[in-house]
Amino acid sequence: MSTQVTTGLQVRKSIELTIDGKKITAPEGSTLLDACRASGKDIPTLCYGDTITPKNACRVCMVEVEGSRTLVPSCSRKVESGMVVNTDTERTSHSRKLVLELLGSSVDLSLTKNIAKWNQNYDAEPSRFGAPSYHHRKRDDAVTGHHHPPDGETAETVHQPVKIDNALYVRDYSKCILCYQCVDACGEQWQNTFAITTAGRGFDTRISTEFAVDLTDSACVYCGNCIQVCPTGALMFTSEYEMREAGTWNEPEQTQTDTICPYCGVGCALTLHVQDNTIVKVTSPSDHSVTHGNLCIKGRFGFQHVQNTKPE
Amino acid sequence: MDLKIASGTASAEERIAVDSLLGAPSETSQGAERDESGLRVSRGGGELRQLRHQLLPTLHSVNDRIGFISRGAINYISQRLDIAPAEIYGVATFYALFDTNERPARQVHVCVDLACRAASGCTEETIPEGAIPSPCLGTCERAPSVLVIETGVTVRQEVLAPATKTQIADLVAGKSAPAEQPVAQAAPQTPNKSLVLLSRIGIVDPLSIDDYVANDGYSALRKAIAIGAENVVVEVTASGLVGRGGAAFPTGRKWAAVAAQPVKMRYVICNADESEPGTFKDRVLMEGDPFAVIESMTIAAFATGCQHGYIYLRGEYPRALRNLTNAIDVARSKNYLGDNILGSGFNFEITIFRGAGAYICGEETAIFNSIEGYRGEPRNKPPFPVEVGLFGKPTLVNNVETLLNVLPIINNTGEKYASWGSTGSKGKKLFCVSGAVTKPGVYEVTFGATLRELINLAGGLKSGSQLQAVLLGGAAGGFVGPEDLDLELTLEAARTAGSTLGSGVVMVLDQSVNMVDQLQRIAAFFRDESCGQCVPCRVGTVRQQEALARLVKSSGTGDAAIDLQLLRDLGQVMRDASICGLGQTAHNAIDSALTRLKVFSA
Repeated sequence: MSTQVTTGLQVRKSIELTIDGKKITAPEGSTLLDACRASGKDIPTLCYGDTITPKNACRVCMVEVEGSRTLVPSCSRKVESGMVVNTDTERTSHSRKLVLELLGSSVDLSLTKNIAKWNQNYDAEPSRFGAPSYHHRKRDDAVTGHHHPPDGETAETVHQPVKIDNALYVRDYSKCILCYQCVDACGEQWQNTFAITTAGRGFDTRISTEFAVDLTDSACVYCGNCIQVCPTGALMFTSEYEMREAGTWNEPEQTQTDTICPYCGVGCALTLHVQDNTIVKVTSPSDHSVTHGNLCIKGRFGFQHVQNTKPE
Repeated sequence: MDLKIASGTASAEERIAVDSLLGAPSETSQGAERDESGLRVSRGGGELRQLRHQLLPTLHSVNDRIGFISRGAINYISQRLDIAPAEIYGVATFYALFDTNERPARQVHVCVDLACRAASGCTEETIPEGAIPSPCLGTCERAPSVLVIETGVTVRQEVLAPATKTQIADLVAGKSAPAEQPVAQAAPQTPNKSLVLLSRIGIVDPLSIDDYVANDGYSALRKAIAIGAENVVVEVTASGLVGRGGAAFPTGRKWAAVAAQPVKMRYVICNADESEPGTFKDRVLMEGDPFAVIESMTIAAFATGCQHGYIYLRGEYPRALRNLTNAIDVARSKNYLGDNILGSGFNFEITIFRGAGAYICGEETAIFNSIEGYRGEPRNKPPFPVEVGLFGKPTLVNNVETLLNVLPIINNTGEKYASWGSTGSKGKKLFCVSGAVTKPGVYEVTFGATLRELINLAGGLKSGSQLQAVLLGGAAGGFVGPEDLDLELTLEAARTAGSTLGSGVVMVLDQSVNMVDQLQRIAAFFRDESCGQCVPCRVGTVRQQEALARLVKSSGTGDAAIDLQLLRDLGQVMRDASICGLGQTAHNAIDSALTRLKVFSA
């Protein structure tokens, strides 16, 4: 049944499967998400990032695969010959709605892309779990296997103060959906620094350095690759954070200029985000063959000299 | 690796704790040495990182000796194993038996789980001051129970059950617990040689291999070697045996799949992380007949071509640890383990791996991560463990009771074994009967006995008790009511009745038990034990607990229908979209209580 197709330099077998009643082919090794998106299906994703191995932790991209007892995460399940996939059923809609509600009721998703659209599409009402509790619990001190009993009214959240412990970026874990991408980017998938980890268990799981020490005491090398992959704005340039606090952050007015990092000979691609003729943050294209979105401290944060003017 | 170690130096005691397991450090911390000319030659990183599976044992070693895991200890372990301190912190904080804050050397863990709170009313709020509330300790037949851990040069662990509040307070104050009851008391049918799985309990000395051999011990291994590996798989398949851990997967199919793998390095894991509330059958087997665990694992390894075995034992079972450790040492000294076992040319070793307080580590892929020195989070399936398991190799994971069934299968033949039981459920089954019965304990029955017969076997209800409900299969199982007493205890009948046998829990609850309190405890249990990886389970278990709390608080005044609908919605997303069985079953018992027992709909 399978035919050979050539993609780039690799010869990959082509797999036949059915998505929403339509027979399609997809290259061997691709995921259901790839196949669904290639055939025009709009499947929401939250924890998925295109430079990190999918952790399938958020479970918003679930689809129904015939023969499977549970739903299947499309971001990480590979296509198989003869698979019959349904992306829009009562069960998938229910799952997506509930995942959006569970996250929306416990995490600040105000900077998460597409969230309003998906909430509307899936009829998600995060408020139905009760008023969010902003009770101040020190999440870093949570005791594994123990919890404070619910008060019978409010819905517990991951709300906590913003961590500002260095000059370059802030960590606002009230916005963290635990996609694991920052941990993977810091650790074995990109940077090999291992400054951060997932600590604790269950609802008290949090991204943390050892003993929650400040970043300045941790192994962090300030490459900012964690900021690059963060899908919810929990990790943010200090420059962006301060402008947002001051109410001067104006994304629609910003321009993005691609250039090559001038510091060394590697040739990393930089995207300079500029507002009012000032660089406000630096990213790197995730599909760039040199960087895959990654930079070092110099490329990521070393832009201040560009806009230093000569003292009068 | 380029480690950055923050402040905090290990004390001498902490170093001894680590070195006692890993050996003395070489000249420099990261394994570098000086050659003849005095140059520093490092061959650290790669070699050290091969030792990552020593992380959890090393953390145990420190915790056993010091009582907690300090910054200095993590820094030292980091250097010895070449793992970043943050990663070690992430692993250490995953387990409930560890603490990264200083605490007293003596910890009194008081079970506040289903059977114990039904027996004593002990809850998180009412346990004596200084005690630590604990999930099920697996001694439900003697509820309520307490586990004392006193850390020091030799760690001491004592189980006291049943325990009165005064006794608990005495334990907190430092008194010793009286000697534990003999294990046979937990199996009221014993001693009885005609039993199949419990035939040696109360008859043999669990520490004596001579007793074991004199009572049919190692006859199955000899026969297995005589008939050959392939025929062992044939017999196990013919027996119709299915997994006894709760998922009921056909054992023969699993064995055949592992045996057929092209990769030669393979592992067998005995899943002894028995943590399902109300379950204690594996504990009784391991404490009372430890050589049988070793023998059946050896047969499994022989049949499927595994070279190394792990027993993943929950951290709260001190007597099982002692008896299994002895059994492995003695079996090795008699050539039942090690190289060229009984002259067969087959080599096999077993390592005991202690859990550290995490129900999730009974999930078969979470076991792999836990052994490998990572957080005990389940992995995505596929790939399945039979192909890609421990250390990425094909791995056979079987529950203790499942493995024990292999002995009668080989001794008798698979066909004979399959002649016991019903059409869909073959063989013998152990049930953990606890609660309001006269003689709680582990009972062996042939599949097909009814719930009523089982309760009668356990001496019937206690005098004065009226049956309110029975929890079948544990917190991940479901409740049935007094009208279900004629339910046949087979996999198929339980399924038809919309219930499950799970891990064999039969917890009998009488009129004195507050069902709403039991449901709230189940919700709290799943919340505490969720690993936190996926959203449906991490947040869903919290929302489930909150919805129950709202129903209790607003009882009679609020609109229960809204919260009942929320619970159903949560149940569906957890069942449909959670990564593993924990989240998928976290609503089962609550659902059964709402629909069958009509809790909250009065």
